Amino acid sequence: MTTLQEDKTLDCSGMLCPVPVIKTSKAIKEMQIGQVLKMVATDPGAPPDMVAWARQTGNELLDSHKEGDKFIFYFRRVK
Amino acid sequence: MSKSDPNAPKRLAIIASKGTLDWAYPPLILASAGAAMGWDVAIFHTFYGLPLLLKELQAEVTPLGNPAMPMKMPFGPDGFQKINWPIPTALQTAPGFNALATGLMKQTFKNKGVASIPELRGMCVEAGVNMIACQMTMTVFGFEKDDFIPECTVGGAGMFLDYAADADVQLFI
Repeated sequence: MTTLQEDKTLDCSGMLCPVPVIKTSKAIKEMQIGQVLKMVATDPGAPPDMVAWARQTGNELLDSHKEGDKFIFYFRRVK
Repeated sequence: MSKSDPNAPKRLAIIASKGTLDWAYPPLILASAGAAMGWDVAIFHTFYGLPLLLKELQAEVTPLGNPAMPMKMPFGPDGFQKINWPIPTALQTAPGFNALATGLMKQTFKNKGVASIPELRGMCVEAGVNMIACQMTMTVFGFEKDDFIPECTVGGAGMFLDYAADADVQLFI
């Protein structure tokens, strides 16, 4: 397993739909193509929403996993 | 507004026809989420959905005539918060009950981490969602363009249908 190194971290803990999607979208637009965004959420609806967001925007979901009550996502800006 | 470019982003066309606090959420959540996914989004605000464009939002909610609405308290111990209070219909007509129900819903949403309606609307505006005020409703209910947020546009059924004809998702809410 390779270790992912993020260029920026976004904490969406405590926020419910659709705020994590909106904040992720804003955050990645402020990054360079190829950079990696780490996003942390506690909303149980976030995992399916973030997979869909990556598919719709064309940005790459590199990894997602759960740590305690937190969902961790790594996205690479593709376009 | 017809979409002739095949590489154009996906398009979401929403009609917002209701203006109570509960019904204000679905169009604004879907519009802001669609814009965050890179879609082109428009909301046509008609009839009671039109006041959602007012500079000062006044959306309220009532359980009156809506037995499906949970009546739970946003404070106290967990077990207490889970109680769904059976409020008699006659009591729901009491003066101030709308304000009470509205206050409880706003507090519950805040506690759970849901964005407020002004916040969500701001996110829509910031993301470039085209918020269209229905001209006919403005005329009927006596609203002026100046009553609304400056970012909104004004249009009619023809303008909305022209946009919606090329939309990938069309919703009436």
